[in-house]
Amino acid sequence: MTHKHIFARAAVIAALLLVRSTSADVLPDNRADVFYSKYSGGGMDITGYSATARAKITENFAVEANYFIDKVSGASIDVLSQASVIKDERKQKSGTIEYLRDKTTYTASYTSSVERDYISNTAAISLSQDMFGDLTTVTLGFANTQNKVGENNGTANDPNVAWVGHALTRAYSGGVSQIITKNFIAGVNLQVITDAGYLANPYRSIRYLVPVDVNPKGYALGNQVYPDTHTSTAVQVQGKYYLPYRAAVTALYRYYTDTWGVVGNTYELDYTHPVRNRWIFEGRVRYYKQSAANFYSDLFPFADSQNFTARDQNLAALDNTTIGAKVTYAFLPDGWRFFKRGTVTLDVSRIRFNYLDFRNIKDYGLPQYPPGSEPLYNFNANVFQAFVSMYF
Amino acid sequence: MFSTKVLLKRCAMAAIVVASTAFAAAGDASGPAPAFTLTTLAGQPSGLSAYKGQVVMVNFWATWCGPCQQEMPLLDQMYKKYKPAGFTLIGVNVDKEAPPVKQLLERKPVSFPVLLDPANQVSKAYHVDEMPSSVIIDRKGQIRYIHRGYKPGDENDYQDRIRQLIRE
Amino acid sequence: MRCANLLLSGTALGALLLSSGCSIQPWVKPYERDRLADPIMAWDRDAISNAYLDHIRESREGSRGATGGAGGGCGCN
Repeated sequence: MTHKHIFARAAVIAALLLVRSTSADVLPDNRADVFYSKYSGGGMDITGYSATARAKITENFAVEANYFIDKVSGASIDVLSQASVIKDERKQKSGTIEYLRDKTTYTASYTSSVERDYISNTAAISLSQDMFGDLTTVTLGFANTQNKVGENNGTANDPNVAWVGHALTRAYSGGVSQIITKNFIAGVNLQVITDAGYLANPYRSIRYLVPVDVNPKGYALGNQVYPDTHTSTAVQVQGKYYLPYRAAVTALYRYYTDTWGVVGNTYELDYTHPVRNRWIFEGRVRYYKQSAANFYSDLFPFADSQNFTARDQNLAALDNTTIGAKVTYAFLPDGWRFFKRGTVTLDVSRIRFNYLDFRNIKDYGLPQYPPGSEPLYNFNANVFQAFVSMYF
Repeated sequence: MFSTKVLLKRCAMAAIVVASTAFAAAGDASGPAPAFTLTTLAGQPSGLSAYKGQVVMVNFWATWCGPCQQEMPLLDQMYKKYKPAGFTLIGVNVDKEAPPVKQLLERKPVSFPVLLDPANQVSKAYHVDEMPSSVIIDRKGQIRYIHRGYKPGDENDYQDRIRQLIRE
Repeated sequence: MRCANLLLSGTALGALLLSSGCSIQPWVKPYERDRLADPIMAWDRDAISNAYLDHIRESREGSRGATGGAGGGCGCN
């Protein structure tokens, strides 16, 4: 239950990402994918199933539809008061239309994400323009999301959801992609996102020091108080280089900053190695580090010590390292009947999360660890994806 | 600094030059078609001179170009239809290596001659600025029309031009 | 008036340069795009998979946005 809201918010962002455009010269090939994913880590198990299909109606007009279902179970580190295992389901549907005219592609999409205590709907548009001999592509996008936030006051099997607030998210994006040489393409993206309304996760709590005779743990729980606005800016620079023996290496860096004081730096390196027409092997390494939000604390000195208070682990100072590998095998390299190509892909990642100011208070406490001295939390997560793609 | 009259004149000049460049991107062209000699997949030399006196369409294509693949069967049909009337289609392939071209043509053969231009000399000589490009040359060896890109329906345009030049 | 004159002259000159031979021509020709057209050179070869990975990260990190890429490819048509 605690992870879900963040998940749903992230789904919205993912919906924005679905409006990624490729080059504006021809619309991409028709394609259908069936997708399975499994995330396990930090006490949570999340299984996802998805189906996507895109097809060109005419040479200039294409449509895409996606259905995604997430099943969450487990008890994450910050389920403090409710010890029950949570089980929930999120369903997401999205539809996109693309229109190509000369060197411009226009895209519009709508995404709806529903779970029993979180509903979010996103409408997004974008425009992608090829220019300068098709060496430069400029993209602009806008997305608007309405979120409805609820809190389940019952149990997993016998829910009782109360709606606690609304939030509105707007994302403005721009990007430029430039072909530098026959072997090298580079790009820069900028995205500004503003949210307003109820922005906290209602299941997470702060803690503050109290004398042991008030609470034997030495701390008491309280509600988080978040600002009702949030604006963030992210800039990503990336480059992809073709190695002469037929392989590609990608490097990217993203800088993130927001009005809550979080500053995040992302570094990623990817290597893609195909073998003839049948196999593509890919390896990736990613390092992410962020500073805590300015109203975040693992342990507040007393109740109401600040105007805004949070103990949400997403806003803590943390770093994570990911190692991933992906293999794509073309079982139909040259097609069959009306299928042009068929592939199956497996992708595995292992992520190590390290929190620098978020402590594990589920497994540790008095008398061995007085409040504020519990070991810092860390965990490993495994992410597995498998999908079959048919091109037609 | 400058009088308003001079300024307006300069603006108008700039506008005309910009507008004319925009229109120069597609359509009628002129000048003698540069001669060339390339090899076929079989290694035989061939060139434009082999088709003197015929209406020739030089189609620049690549195995990695989607729209090029799309128009190939239609170009083949067109070639078979107008060949008796004195028309030839030469497919100039710009791939850097021959094996993918051979593989593609084995799976999807065409009857018109395909010549290989891996060094891109002919592409440069014809100022190819879009993939695919089709250059239509008249019986006297003059470039008459350049068609850039391919969208379904463009084959009708090709046929109109070819018929017009055959009749000349 | 002087500023306006200068601005207009500058724009006229700029337009002239852009359209004349003194301009910068695209330096990678359309027939040289074979490598860029290779599927391994696409920013998002599997958009659904990349969107899912971004989703995993954004639910556990404080950062969001600016991911993805556009452009490249064969540049045909």
